[in-house]
Amino acid sequence: MSTKVKEAPIPTIPLNARLSRWFGRNLLRIYMFFGFSYLFIPVAYTFAFSFNDSGKSNLIWKGFTFSNWQNPCGAPQICEALGNSIKIGFLATVFSTILGTMIAFAIARYKFAGRSSSNLLIFLPMATPEIVLGASLLSLFLVFKVNPGFWPTVIAHVVFCISFVVVTVKARIASLDPRLEQAAMDLYANEVETFRRVTLPLVAPGIAAAALLAFSLSFDDFIITNFNSGTMTTFPKFVYVSAARGIPAQANVIGSSMFFLALAIVIAGQLVNRKKAR
Amino acid sequence: MTLPKVRVPYLLLFPGFAFLFTFFILPIMNLAQTSTQTAIVGGDTGQYEQSFAFSNYIDAFLENREQFYRSFIYASLATIFALAIAYPLAYAIAFKSGKFKNILLVLVVAPFFTSFLLRTVAWKQILGEEGFLVPTLRSLNLMGEQTTITSTAVAVVAGMTYNFLPFMTLPLYASLERIDPRTIEASGDLYANAITTFRKVTVPLSMPGVVAGTLLTFIPAAGDYVNASILGSPNTKMIGNVIESRYFKIVDYPTAAALSFTLMAAILILVTLYIRKAGTDELV
Repeated sequence: MSTKVKEAPIPTIPLNARLSRWFGRNLLRIYMFFGFSYLFIPVAYTFAFSFNDSGKSNLIWKGFTFSNWQNPCGAPQICEALGNSIKIGFLATVFSTILGTMIAFAIARYKFAGRSSSNLLIFLPMATPEIVLGASLLSLFLVFKVNPGFWPTVIAHVVFCISFVVVTVKARIASLDPRLEQAAMDLYANEVETFRRVTLPLVAPGIAAAALLAFSLSFDDFIITNFNSGTMTTFPKFVYVSAARGIPAQANVIGSSMFFLALAIVIAGQLVNRKKAR
Repeated sequence: MTLPKVRVPYLLLFPGFAFLFTFFILPIMNLAQTSTQTAIVGGDTGQYEQSFAFSNYIDAFLENREQFYRSFIYASLATIFALAIAYPLAYAIAFKSGKFKNILLVLVVAPFFTSFLLRTVAWKQILGEEGFLVPTLRSLNLMGEQTTITSTAVAVVAGMTYNFLPFMTLPLYASLERIDPRTIEASGDLYANAITTFRKVTVPLSMPGVVAGTLLTFIPAAGDYVNASILGSPNTKMIGNVIESRYFKIVDYPTAAALSFTLMAAILILVTLYIRKAGTDELV
């Protein structure tokens, strides 16, 4: 049997040629592997060091423990900061999603005088560096003797979230098939009914995606928050301030949990979409 | 509900635009006003009066020239590196990932959810003196005892590249995904080889994504100060660091305002030129 294999005329291509061909065929896959490794190294590091029995500063690996996960509020101020971030993120998401969705409908569905300057007004906050947004808002608050804190931060977050909501929802509206709404009208639905029962459900995934984006932008924001929050801490602020003397492992616990939670939400959303598609 | 149809878009726009006017346009105007103020003679720190001192701009720029140049160089480098990393990645996800497409796309965004500050600090520790990488390289004699990775320009640029990568990858993916595969087949039918097809068909069709991605990376990178302050040293200070410290440590609002304005103007000019050159108007 083995002699037969040796006689077969297959292995005529030299090894290095075969190797380079394999390499050429899989180049993109190899590239993807390295690309994703690069993206995930710090995430993996953060997750691994959430199990570090570190004491106060989480710099060197000192041993494995579950205690950080059992007691995520163990570090002073950390859960207060997290709570603030969640509250601000929630409010900023609600306001920016409502305002942004309305703007998106106006721009995507109507032709009106001032449409292109409206587009410009939406683009400008995205083209403004965060530090300028943050600093200018703080100056305004100082002029009107408003103390920086919780609500100024919410307002600041709504400012930069609106544009991203508009862009996301607008893209979804633009991709709708206009025939679906025409069909509803043909079936004697009036405009309000058509909107409520056809248009809105079709745009809903876009609105959900925009809300998720707004929340993550708000939750993760540091620069604008730092300018407008005064003495109030948020989670990113907590990390920034404690970075100088070493971050407690509980911050890694919270960061990792956020990661898994967001992953679960996105995957659940995908599954729901797939079920609907069937 | 018998609204005249003409009014509907304005009613929809009104609340959002009123908000943006109050909390975006007005502050920017107020910032412009602050930027030409000067300190009140004999006043407390942080007290300023309007004196239309346009010289503030020249003074602020000349004093912080170096940080300005540095910001634009670092941001440009980070944008170029991010494009180089993200393009093949987005290409692979759009064309070569088959049924894993959605999962891979989620994975691109996923790191975004671990606070970017935590990830930046993680890089600092991975690349730092106590990390495992530097001692390993040193023991293999690949790195000198005196050289470090953190506290250098390399670390700052690498950190920015890393942090803005999803902003580059997603628009690229969106425009690559939209390419009709038949245009690529057609190019092959017309005897173009893979490289020519890529150069003459795929790249031009993905230009809107390239423009959106580079802008979404360059703009925040140019104003960033977090990477520079976590991964850098006093020698890698960017204009963002200067504005931040003028505001909080020195309470020099006029200079901070003038610097902010100069930064914004420089970015807007560059962006406008760039969009003209790239020839895509429909960005948002």
